[in-house]
Amino acid sequence: MRVVLAEDLFLLRDGLVRLLEAFDFEIAAAVETGPELTRALAELNPDIAVVDVRLPPSHTDEGLQCALAARRARPGLPVLVLSQHVEQLYARELLADGAGGVGYLLKDRVFDAEQFIDAVRRVAAGGTAMDPQVIQQLLTRRQADDRPLGRVTPRELEVLELMAQGRSNAAIAGQLVVTERAIAKHTSNIFAKLGLEVSDDDNRRVLAVLAYLDQDR
Amino acid sequence: MNTNGDNNTGGGRVRTAALTGVRALVLAVVVPVGSITLFVLSVVSIAFVPLGIGIVTTPWVLAGVRGFANWRRLVAAQWCGVRIPPAYRPLPKDANPWTRCFGLLGDPATWRDLMWLPVDMIAGFVTALLPAALLTYPFEGFALGAGLWQVFTDGTRVGWWYGFVPISGQLSALAAAALGAALLVTGVYTAPLLLRVHFLLTRSVLASGQGELAERVRVLTETRRDAVDTSAAELRRIERDLHDGAQARLVAMGMDLGTVEALIEKDPAKAKQLLANARKSSAEALTELRDLVRGIHPPVLAERGLGDAVRALALRLPISTEVEVELPGRAGEPVEAAAYFAVSEVLTNAVKHSGADRIWVDIHHSPEPGGMLRIAVTDDGSGGATVGAGSGLSGVERRLGTFDGVLAVSSPAGGPTMVTMEIPCELS
Repeated sequence: MRVVLAEDLFLLRDGLVRLLEAFDFEIAAAVETGPELTRALAELNPDIAVVDVRLPPSHTDEGLQCALAARRARPGLPVLVLSQHVEQLYARELLADGAGGVGYLLKDRVFDAEQFIDAVRRVAAGGTAMDPQVIQQLLTRRQADDRPLGRVTPRELEVLELMAQGRSNAAIAGQLVVTERAIAKHTSNIFAKLGLEVSDDDNRRVLAVLAYLDQDR
Repeated sequence: MNTNGDNNTGGGRVRTAALTGVRALVLAVVVPVGSITLFVLSVVSIAFVPLGIGIVTTPWVLAGVRGFANWRRLVAAQWCGVRIPPAYRPLPKDANPWTRCFGLLGDPATWRDLMWLPVDMIAGFVTALLPAALLTYPFEGFALGAGLWQVFTDGTRVGWWYGFVPISGQLSALAAAALGAALLVTGVYTAPLLLRVHFLLTRSVLASGQGELAERVRVLTETRRDAVDTSAAELRRIERDLHDGAQARLVAMGMDLGTVEALIEKDPAKAKQLLANARKSSAEALTELRDLVRGIHPPVLAERGLGDAVRALALRLPISTEVEVELPGRAGEPVEAAAYFAVSEVLTNAVKHSGADRIWVDIHHSPEPGGMLRIAVTDDGSGGATVGAGSGLSGVERRLGTFDGVLAVSSPAGGPTMVTMEIPCELS
């Protein structure tokens, strides 16, 4: 799988290159500025872009803007955004086009190489990988609001959280050490409580959850 | 002074002098008429205030006085480059005559205007007349020398005095012409300076006085002290947080790694556990650093500016918050940061104490002269918020004070609470 990587800190870029190569990814380009990223994305047509939010020369959210622009040019281009901090505001912008294939993770998530690579693969396959922090914020907020989520049981909330991060039922079952059937039951309960149609599509599942969490604010 | 490139050449100097003469003449005519009329009207109108009529007429008359003073400010800047900054307090646009009248009378700038009028009608008149006379009077001397003397005398007696020259015939008339020439040369060289003296005199009376400056200095000293105190406290907090948090965790991590080094061959299982520990410590150190950074300069503020930073802040609040932003550009970084932390503090207060279900934040910038950033935070809570000793809001007030910003709180018991903040600033 061919990756375009954009990160301005040499150490981190180097580390990411080594990590991705260790898991058999091909680094098509490893760039350090926004304009270079835009060019690389247009010319190299990678399978996934791994992008730092803040890039030179502006040192603002240039990486995010380049990624969003590239996705407008090529809808569904898988983009995994890494950042020193995660904000719902940016998560929403990434998810807004509803095309899937987006991820938004804290940089520290690379500490757990397996999980990080799993997230990269998931995004490249058109799924999503949202940072647990974003999801956590959304869920706390909704619980405080005392809306339908109030009727979701703590266990179902756990499932919902993992689901919103972009995990499949099998992965959730693995993490919570229960059978996949139990998770399937939980998810259908959650969908019922949230009034959502059940769908097998992981990506649509997350979008539906996020859209729900997002509505009537 | 005239900024034409040629004003040092002979022709340029004469042209400048001619222009100065005309201007001085205009002033010499307008100044006494204007200031006497306006002074009399003002005195009469203010005297009639107790009778009630004055309340209606005073704003009109004072508006006239201001107009007259502002015209002088304008010509002072245009003709001589003397800047006289106006310092009137703003009046509400649709105020009734009563508030207008007393608003105007309560403004020290109004009284400066009124004190200036008598000064202007005498000293102002003289200083305007002098350059005008210096540039016009010589022409009478030339006319006399050219034969006009014959109108006044037949050559046997003194028929006319031109300055100190008694004219009794062609010879003395030529002396008058010579005096006129001398006066004209003096006038050409000194008239622009004299007119400048006139405007400097105007400025000395009209420009805001020492009292106001002293007040301004007092305010600035106070806000500077607050700013220094606040930033020192902030630095102490950051130092403490680093020392107790991230630094300690990194030390623990180093110790774990050291132990791992020693254990890795003897007891791989234990080493593995310590490695996991070290990783956890590093993650926690990062989390703490992240929180610290958010407290110093929030990332979204740095990346996107005030509007999106407040939006991102609102998304993290447990109370649903609507944010409306109308900012055509970005304010300076210090102003943005002050505004952000002020909003953050007000929102935190609202979340903690108001018991509100909803919060509305409205941020906009009005481009009136100098520009003004206005932020309103409204909640539907129980009210009763005050700006007082120890309350978070007085901290916000001090923070804004550094930028000449102000904070107003309307929070009747029972709610709702509305906190309004204004910071003068330009957007880029």
